[in-house]
Amino acid sequence: MQETTANQVAANATSSFTEHLQRQRPDLLPFGRQLPAGTPAAGAAQPLQAPHGTTIVALSYAGGVLMAGDRRATMGNVIASRHIEKVFPADQYSVLGIAGTAGIALDITRLFQVELEHYEKIEGTLLSLDGKANRLGAMIRSNLPMAMQGLAVVPLFAGFDRPAGVGRLFSYDVTGGRYEEQEHHTVGSGSMFARGALKKLWRPNLSEQDAVAVAVEALYDAADDDSATGGPDPIRQLWPVVYIVNRTGAFRVPERELAALAGTIIESRALAQREA
Amino acid sequence: MTQQFYVSPEQLMKDRADFARKGIARGRSVVVISCRDGIALVAENPSPSLHKIGEIYDKIAFAAVGKYNEFESLRQAGVRYADVRGYSYDREDVTARGLASVYAQSLGAVFTAEQKPFEVELAVAEVGASPEEDHLYRLTFDGSIADENGFIVMGGQADKVSEAVAAGWQGELDFAGAIRLALAGLVADKETTTLPASAVEVAVLDRGSESSRGTRRAFRRLEDADITALLAEEN
Repeated sequence: MQETTANQVAANATSSFTEHLQRQRPDLLPFGRQLPAGTPAAGAAQPLQAPHGTTIVALSYAGGVLMAGDRRATMGNVIASRHIEKVFPADQYSVLGIAGTAGIALDITRLFQVELEHYEKIEGTLLSLDGKANRLGAMIRSNLPMAMQGLAVVPLFAGFDRPAGVGRLFSYDVTGGRYEEQEHHTVGSGSMFARGALKKLWRPNLSEQDAVAVAVEALYDAADDDSATGGPDPIRQLWPVVYIVNRTGAFRVPERELAALAGTIIESRALAQREA
Repeated sequence: MTQQFYVSPEQLMKDRADFARKGIARGRSVVVISCRDGIALVAENPSPSLHKIGEIYDKIAFAAVGKYNEFESLRQAGVRYADVRGYSYDREDVTARGLASVYAQSLGAVFTAEQKPFEVELAVAEVGASPEEDHLYRLTFDGSIADENGFIVMGGQADKVSEAVAAGWQGELDFAGAIRLALAGLVADKETTTLPASAVEVAVLDRGSESSRGTRRAFRRLEDADITALLAEEN
């Protein structure tokens, strides 16, 4: 009798917000629901139309890691949003960027942020960086049924590992597989082009300033060749969202700096007068 | 067949209340003070890890006296309530009033329906944009709820401590002043005149956390070194 009570208490003691929702309010979770039969599948001629987020790049630099995302969401051939933000702080020492179905991705981001804060408040201590990366993987895996129907979400996660004193990068696949990346990584429709640019621009021990410039230029190259990625927009004054994560925490790079950087890139490209 | 003795409802409730009061009176005191810089929460607590003060949400903190397992379960329930509410509506829709009313209902239900009442007393504090917008709620073991003004003192020798704090309280105090006042109150029932930093647990709700620390989470726990430094700087 006593043993079963102890087991019950132990089983009910959870520091995970997602687990709590699964037990008490499963309707609030962004994933885990089956779309009704007859919904067009991913491969169908007319898949379900919903805004999709595009390119995210992340790279390591001397003091930590950095993540940047363009500002476009597309729905088929239409631009669904010109100013969507796809890179978010997850907590004080980590950030995540999302590509894929925007609606679900934004909700997963929100859930992930609450998950980390909830753990911190219940336990009184921060989750380890590997622990955070694993929780995000579990959330993406839960979304697999919807990913099979074309509503996939693929995040990129970066954080500062305080005990080890280094910035680390994690990529995911739709099944929730978690892979630690070295140097740099990209996700989303323009990722191929951004990756090509990063291969030429990235070098070990970049300074923070240079790292931001490299990220913005990689996104510029992605936008150049991928119609679903938005480039810097001087007319509307829209610049990529860039977060840096180092020993002191995660910070957003001010618009002013990004505007100057984007200006420099556009200027140098115009001067070069190259066609392709 | 055994006959049950008749106990009048009045007697039953009185016995339960006495039982709970006795449990709470054994504990050490907690002081919550609203001041110019925000809300300071000070507890006499020698343990550095078993907290009596906790963060509930962006602007809301929790303080308790009594049995650890009971108030810890209430604290966790409060964090869950606040996080679910903030996640399903919006962060600004989580208020101390809503939380305090949930606590009042659960304490009331336990007091009447369970084998034994909770031997705890809680404070729920919410920091506002100005001291007038601060909210301090006191919740007792039977589910009574009181909206307090300025400060709350709970626990063992609450009367004596409360007198000392009331004598020195004013809305213009900064954190250092408020914490000094709370510490002076906590020793009111003792022979000693000072408490070492390691014997107290101190946390604050920063009124301007967005501008000073760049975070909407106002709750901040002070380390022993911070407390010593804060007390060292004289007025």
